[in-house]
Amino acid sequence: MSSSEYALEARGIVKIFGNHVALDAVDFGLRAGEVHALLGENGAGKSTLIKILTGAYQPDGGTVLAAGAQVHLDNPQQAQAHGIGTVYQEVNLLPNRSVAENLFLGHQPTRFGLVRRRKMEADARLILKRYGLDIDPSSELGAHSVAVQQIVAIARAVELSGKVLILDEPTASLDRNEVERLFEIIRDLKAHGLAIVFITHFLDQVFAIADRVTILRNGKLVETRALDDMTRTDVVRLMLGKDVAFSGATGVEDARPMGEVLLDFANYGRKRSVHPFNLTIHKGEVIGVAGLLGSGRTEMARIMFGADAADEGTVKVAGKPASIARPTDAIGHGFGFCPEDRKAEGIFGDLSVRENIIIALQGKLGWFSALNRDEQMEIAGRFGESMDIRAASLDMPIKLLSGGNQQKVILSRWLATDPAFLILDEPTRGIDVGAHAEIVRTINRLRDEGLALVVISSELDEVVAYSSRIVVMRDREMVAELSGENINPGVIVQAIANHREGPST
Amino acid sequence: MMRRILTRLANPQLLALVGVLLVNWLLFPNFFRITWQDGRLFGSLIDVLNRGAPVAILAIGMVGVIATKGVDLSVGAVMAMAGAVAATMVVAGYPAPVAVAAALAVGLVCGLWNGFLVAVLDIQPIVATLVLMVAGRGIAQLITEGFIVTFTDPLLIFIGTGSFLGLPMAAVIALVLMILVTLLVRRTAIGLFIEAVGVNRAAASLAGIRSRMLLFLVYGLSGLCAAVAGLIVAGDIRGADANNAGLWLELDAILAVVIGGTSLLGGRFSVPLAVVGALIIQAMNTGILVSGFPPEFNLIVKAALIFLVLIIQSPLASRIVPVRTSAREARS
Repeated sequence: MSSSEYALEARGIVKIFGNHVALDAVDFGLRAGEVHALLGENGAGKSTLIKILTGAYQPDGGTVLAAGAQVHLDNPQQAQAHGIGTVYQEVNLLPNRSVAENLFLGHQPTRFGLVRRRKMEADARLILKRYGLDIDPSSELGAHSVAVQQIVAIARAVELSGKVLILDEPTASLDRNEVERLFEIIRDLKAHGLAIVFITHFLDQVFAIADRVTILRNGKLVETRALDDMTRTDVVRLMLGKDVAFSGATGVEDARPMGEVLLDFANYGRKRSVHPFNLTIHKGEVIGVAGLLGSGRTEMARIMFGADAADEGTVKVAGKPASIARPTDAIGHGFGFCPEDRKAEGIFGDLSVRENIIIALQGKLGWFSALNRDEQMEIAGRFGESMDIRAASLDMPIKLLSGGNQQKVILSRWLATDPAFLILDEPTRGIDVGAHAEIVRTINRLRDEGLALVVISSELDEVVAYSSRIVVMRDREMVAELSGENINPGVIVQAIANHREGPST
Repeated sequence: MMRRILTRLANPQLLALVGVLLVNWLLFPNFFRITWQDGRLFGSLIDVLNRGAPVAILAIGMVGVIATKGVDLSVGAVMAMAGAVAATMVVAGYPAPVAVAAALAVGLVCGLWNGFLVAVLDIQPIVATLVLMVAGRGIAQLITEGFIVTFTDPLLIFIGTGSFLGLPMAAVIALVLMILVTLLVRRTAIGLFIEAVGVNRAAASLAGIRSRMLLFLVYGLSGLCAAVAGLIVAGDIRGADANNAGLWLELDAILAVVIGGTSLLGGRFSVPLAVVGALIIQAMNTGILVSGFPPEFNLIVKAALIFLVLIIQSPLASRIVPVRTSAREARS
């Protein structure tokens, strides 16, 4: 059995949905003791391949081999029995049960049919220690940070399965320190001979942790290769299938003429949400907002837009005092807001792409001046083209689009209202490289057209590239405003990290 | 153009209606026979329209509420209140138009009350409207002082039993309301906003939709429709029966909306298809009556229908019939 080179192997996998070929004769080999990155734009077939390897889908052609022997994976339980464990981006454990229960769910040690809680918690403590977690196994899982929950999920997957670990975008909602912590655990597991598949949108992380990479594009295998002899550009080129001029880290020319003042927030804040801050925003400038998750970045965006009402301070729009207590007030002043959680607060999943694009404009027009179908089609078509929204039809439900295309639709929704000021909260999180580049291009274009923008992003290289000033948030407080040569990742990281306690838990 | 109309007509609800009517015809060969008598049409089919009208009218109001992810349990009780108000007022000597206007106003106020509980106090719709479902019937009984208030007013009787161009008045009112409400939601942006709020209220609020106003509108409309249905039922029996008028009809109205393809989870809705849903229910009722089965049988058939609709809308069904769902999986 152990004669095989691969711990887990897929040969010639074909998967067809309707008349769409999701996977076209894809080969994939995973060795024990390696971290293998699986890359591709949204829709390339990564998720489908993973679902086949974990038994969630059955392939229409090809075979799956575990340790050299062909296996039939009819469901995730069978995959688990073959040693294949999976951890998804959204931790799917039970937040209101204890850490120990989550670790052993379905496999609790029992005596006479009763759960041996003491033994379970003692065992859990030992396991958690191995993963560097010094937490109480009897505490509720939901009381811990996402990072800790993620590590518990990994521990559970490894303890139950033990040979292959599939990590599907595990870092999407973690901050820098947490990612590093996760990587230490992954390296440790790798040293113990585990075969690890790592899926992510962050190329930096791929280069930091992975040994080999498999790249998929449009359901086809592009290449499997060792990462040693590849550059970042190589990977992006293979993913996109073309040479892209990645406009990274070019920087904004200092001589850019600044427009007149559009917004002036003075001592603006909300109790238990954001400490009062002062911020002046000019036409034709991008203000980058940097800070860790939970630093108050999103809360700041929400009170600027009136999604939460400020209870302190004043705001002036174009020199005149304004009251922004609800989103309709903000929209009336020409504001737009792309929220961080696209699915929960951005898209109308069952409504069409067309309706999702025109809805804010229609909201502005009111109940009785309805855009008719032709007008809607015209507007949606215009933005579909200029934003390069990849949808089979403008009448299809937006939930069928990839994350990147959904983000372009939400951006289009605000552009259709002819805004003066846009707030973008993590506009490029969790989207594919192509859409990412398109959104960065759009941010640059809008700034050049004279819009004022506030962009919240965790990707410092990106923020540095298009911002004329950077605001740093920490502990719900604006702690720094950087401009000129201070706009570089080093200074920002320092500002974020200052006085911050070391990693807790 | 012709093709588009044909494809729109070939929807499951209309096919189901045709199916039920055909079964009725098999059980009762005279089902489709329509005669002209005393200036109006008679026949089982006309009966379906006439008897189905109250639930159809409730469904016209209910569909907007359900599309916002809500539900209005109070409509049956509001029917009883509206009937009680109109009957008591004409008996007390008020002119009939005033009594009708008062009944409609009562329905509207009840609807706005529900809207207030849901939109402003943020109470879950099923609980919020339960308040009036219970209290409303009590209020109706207080108005009628526990009696069945009978009347002879020609206008009220005409609303319940009259005819217009040979068609029963109740059916004509339902048709007019259906057209008016459809125009109201589809010729304005209201329909789109209702669907947006139902699909994702948080996103709707961030996109600048005033969801409170919208909720007041849909619950107000539902109350108004219930009052209209209450007037029809009262006119039909020439009296207001606070105990029985509209009893359990809220459930028929919800069923009609669900049969009409609007999900209880909110979102996409269709006013005409909700009316078709009401007609399907009534066609089954009438079919069982005319074909000589005992009326108790009706409840079992209705239960079977609910079961069927639930199965068709269940996630399992969309997996068994993967044609329309496959595209979304391929992209995930």
